[in-house]
Amino acid sequence: MSLTSHDIDRLARLSRLQFEPPAAERLLGQLNGFFEIVEQMRAVDTSGVVPMAHPVDAMHGLTAAIGDTDALGMTLRLREDVVSEPNQREANQRSAPAVERGLFLVPKVIE
Amino acid sequence: MADLHDMTVAQLAAGLQKKDFSAVEVATRFLARMGRDQHNAFLDINSEVTLAQAQASDAKIAAGTSGPLEGVPIAHKDIFVTKDFATTAGSKILKDYRSPFDATVVAKLREAGMVTLGKLNCDEFAMGSANENSAYGAVTNPWSFIADPKGQIKNYVPGGSSGGSAAAVAARLAPAATGTDTGGSIRQPAAFCGITGIKPTYGRASRYGMVAFASSLDQAGPMARSAEDCALLLSAMCGPDLDRDSTSLNLAQTEDEKKFGFSHLLRIDHGDKPLAKAGKDGRPLRIGVPQQWLTNQIGNPRGVMDGCESNVRERIWEAVTKLAYLGAEISSLISLPNAQLSIPAYYIVCAAEASSNLSRFDGVKFGHRAKEFSDLADMYQRTRSEGFGDEVKRRIIIGSYVLSHGYYDAYYLQAQKIRRMIAEDFQKAFESCDVIAGPVAPTTAWKLGDKADDPVANYLADIFTLPASLAGLPCMSIPVGLGDMGMPVGMQLIGNYLQEAQLLNVAHRFQQVTDFHSAKPEGV
Amino acid sequence: MSAAKLVHGYEVVIGFETHAQLSTQSKIFSRASIAFGAEPNTQACAVDLALPGTLPVMNKGAVERAIELGLALGSHIAERSVFARKNYFYPDLPKGYQISQFEIPVVQGGAVSFFLGDEKKNVRLVRAHLEEDAGKSLHEDFIGQSGIDLNRAGTPLLEIVTEPDMRSSEEAVAYAKELHKIVTWVGICDGNMQEGSFRCDANVSVRKPGAPLGTRREIKNLNSFKFMQQAIDYEVRWQIEQIEDGHSIQQATVLFNPDTGETRAMRTKEDAADYRYFPDPDLPPLVISREWVERVRSEMAELPRVMAERFVTQYGLPEYDATTLTQSKAMAAYFEETAKACGQSKLASNWIMGEVSRRLNASEMTFEQTPVSAAQLAALIGRITDNTISNNAARQVFDALWTSTSNDVTVAITGVGAVGAVSEVDAVIEAKGLRQMNDTSALEAIIDEVLAANPKNVEEFRAGNAKALNGLVGPIMKASKGKANPAQVNALLLKKLG
Repeated sequence: MSLTSHDIDRLARLSRLQFEPPAAERLLGQLNGFFEIVEQMRAVDTSGVVPMAHPVDAMHGLTAAIGDTDALGMTLRLREDVVSEPNQREANQRSAPAVERGLFLVPKVIE
Repeated sequence: MADLHDMTVAQLAAGLQKKDFSAVEVATRFLARMGRDQHNAFLDINSEVTLAQAQASDAKIAAGTSGPLEGVPIAHKDIFVTKDFATTAGSKILKDYRSPFDATVVAKLREAGMVTLGKLNCDEFAMGSANENSAYGAVTNPWSFIADPKGQIKNYVPGGSSGGSAAAVAARLAPAATGTDTGGSIRQPAAFCGITGIKPTYGRASRYGMVAFASSLDQAGPMARSAEDCALLLSAMCGPDLDRDSTSLNLAQTEDEKKFGFSHLLRIDHGDKPLAKAGKDGRPLRIGVPQQWLTNQIGNPRGVMDGCESNVRERIWEAVTKLAYLGAEISSLISLPNAQLSIPAYYIVCAAEASSNLSRFDGVKFGHRAKEFSDLADMYQRTRSEGFGDEVKRRIIIGSYVLSHGYYDAYYLQAQKIRRMIAEDFQKAFESCDVIAGPVAPTTAWKLGDKADDPVANYLADIFTLPASLAGLPCMSIPVGLGDMGMPVGMQLIGNYLQEAQLLNVAHRFQQVTDFHSAKPEGV
Repeated sequence: MSAAKLVHGYEVVIGFETHAQLSTQSKIFSRASIAFGAEPNTQACAVDLALPGTLPVMNKGAVERAIELGLALGSHIAERSVFARKNYFYPDLPKGYQISQFEIPVVQGGAVSFFLGDEKKNVRLVRAHLEEDAGKSLHEDFIGQSGIDLNRAGTPLLEIVTEPDMRSSEEAVAYAKELHKIVTWVGICDGNMQEGSFRCDANVSVRKPGAPLGTRREIKNLNSFKFMQQAIDYEVRWQIEQIEDGHSIQQATVLFNPDTGETRAMRTKEDAADYRYFPDPDLPPLVISREWVERVRSEMAELPRVMAERFVTQYGLPEYDATTLTQSKAMAAYFEETAKACGQSKLASNWIMGEVSRRLNASEMTFEQTPVSAAQLAALIGRITDNTISNNAARQVFDALWTSTSNDVTVAITGVGAVGAVSEVDAVIEAKGLRQMNDTSALEAIIDEVLAANPKNVEEFRAGNAKALNGLVGPIMKASKGKANPAQVNALLLKKLG
């Protein structure tokens, strides 16, 4: 199934991007070129295959050297609940486009 | 004594310790060469900072408190955030961005004593395989100048996305550089520029301070002129970063690893057949060559594509033969049946993750903001449309699509399953071999602009680097000679998880009996 | 469950989504403080601002609190749960996605049970999941612009989601109050609704009894129990009117305006529909060992419902009393201390639910602040049961203890213990001369006088008019200055007139 210019509009809005008509046309062609090579992958029978969200999923059991793993792969490491970040507002806002009284300024947010 | 700029990291480190020359002399030499850079390799240089670091190193050497690589210069891919240099990730949206902190990898290399030369050009957000996607201009391949037999000078691409890193090392603008590899971004430019580079097992190097492209694939690694140098650099770069990166591996080290890092296998003397005892329990090291990878036609999702160019194929076979001569057992029987599916699977996974990772670039907290806009939504759209280049936009759109309602299972989830199948293929393969050897890319470097308007052609050229990336395996590229156009050919070595030392050992033994890695482009 | 009460023939259906801010020190994925009220962006570190290169690292304290809530509500604690990214653009969302849990939440199932009047209710939970809070947009004092403060960004939240089990605004509020009680009792949330530590969204729909669920509208950010009821009642009326007028309800998110008392639909976030959830590649799955769960269980304070059950069995209290007395830890503790000291648990319960609560409410105090110590109340109850004072007198003594600021009272409050309290109470009884007269001879003397002074009543009584006795009791009590024990007076009178 190939994408339409309607899909491009929807995805552009979703991604906060805009494309002038010629650019959108070119993009549509390139995307459909890409999804052509995806078709073969979609046809593969993957029933019973567990999705691999993470490379470390495949690593477990291969070496005893890795900590923080269980039978199913890497597990989330938890840190102690301690505050250790000082106030670095000045450094953190050094590259901010618009700041006033320590607040980031943006065009009015309407709810 | 060789010219300072021709020395390897190992030679510089030794010379500095022996006080044959000072860190300031070394830094000054490279800064001078960087000033004459013809390849657009550097995006930010700050000689004050560099010289100050060099002086500090000389002081430490004098005081006998130096780190393992004290005073040796290195340059960083502009994907690593740095306090003292701008960080752009090759994108307009981060023009002049200053990070309040150093990436963990950068900090660790400083702790080892290394002096920072500057920041290196790369494809925007590391998306590309030719370094033509940088908002700050393409990088050219230092081998270009001898490229055309008819004597016309043509510019060739350095590969990507770590094109600036590869070009800088090949042009002797830096003895070493950091790179990042998501789908081949260390291996392919290393191959195209005739240098040595390694991507460690996913999780070895901290991702903290690497501008994220695809979080489940991104890995940092060194690019230098020899496996010996890469081993030294990798040892300094890697290590658990448990407080900052939840995917950083929490590894127990053996005594040897603690002492010698990834160099520990390089030190053992096995005589003239060093690979004859390098395998499991002192048996010969078994090298597996995936046969499909060295045929002239490769099945790919478009049907079939031209496989390796014959000159690439020949260089690989010659190199593999050399490995056999060094005592390795060659089995050309291994098979990676789903390897060609890595192209769609990889480009879906990395686009999905990228579309989300790049949402933070919205003109609110940092970076570029459009000058004119009507309201908030318009500010977002203009900021991002002005700030991102075409390839980045393409991947954001692809990523949003494969994650969006109704398409998730068909694309994203299916890709995750293919990813598992590919990882399992490797585990089967490693039952019959210790190291997999093959090409890095089907061709040598192409001419600037040749594939610029055909993104899919670029994607297909990644066919040999993507499988190991999806599996998260350690892999590297070493120079094995020149192709017909006089452009370098790289051989890829892939090891099982955490087998970096073994890969580096194989590469080092090869480089001990060959000199492809020290070959130097004409005019450099 | 009893038949739902109908509004104009419609059944009201309510489900809740509550965001409880967890009482950790640091944020869920960074080491910045979550303290309330700091200067803008002074508690927003590099990770909270989503600066390039930053990564999340999970706070163990937040997970621990999720486990505690799960145990408190009888839920299943997932052995393995997954963090996902919820993608949307908003200035107060620094990464352009919120890290939350989607397909596999950490807390699954469970229920909240409570009393509505004297009817027991049970609201089932769907799930509770961990997620990060967003920052704040300040719309005031910037012409045409908003100021973004990201101090709150990354504050750990548990989103607690119920089944649509509630059938009236009263029940909804009672549920919210019970949940509020539990999270504060367990200590995973400070419950401060003004500061937004406990935010409720109500999904409201109406239907004719037996009909399928109607289209729901979600009322956002109900930050007080009072507004909660007003908002739901208004919304219910509005929906019924719409339907009666032949309009259909459109799914929407609405805000309640306390000034107008009305709910209005929010401008719907464009493309809010497609959040493109996917597992966060920066965070491997959260794995919670059974050992950890058991350790947390063993270290948890006794839960209100468990304590209530114990009060029923151990003190023989009715379930209603037991539930009321476990409204707060302090109240429950006050009761136990009193009951143990005086051995009269039902009397203690009556006094605490009655007089003590009334006085506390009147002066807007909590059980931590009550001027009358449990030991004093126990001593007082002891004096009622041993007939030293009447119930009326006891109330006067209690009042004296409550208002008194004299040293001996403070002594008693500072808990000199039972003995001190008893002497304390006795001192007040004597000072006010409230001791009941149990000395027969003295009483008989008074009775003889009264009889002599009221021959008429005596005759009428003897003539068979029982009422005439009252005309005698009154003066006797009066003459005894109320200290006479009424039962004893009656007995003696009858004997003398017999």
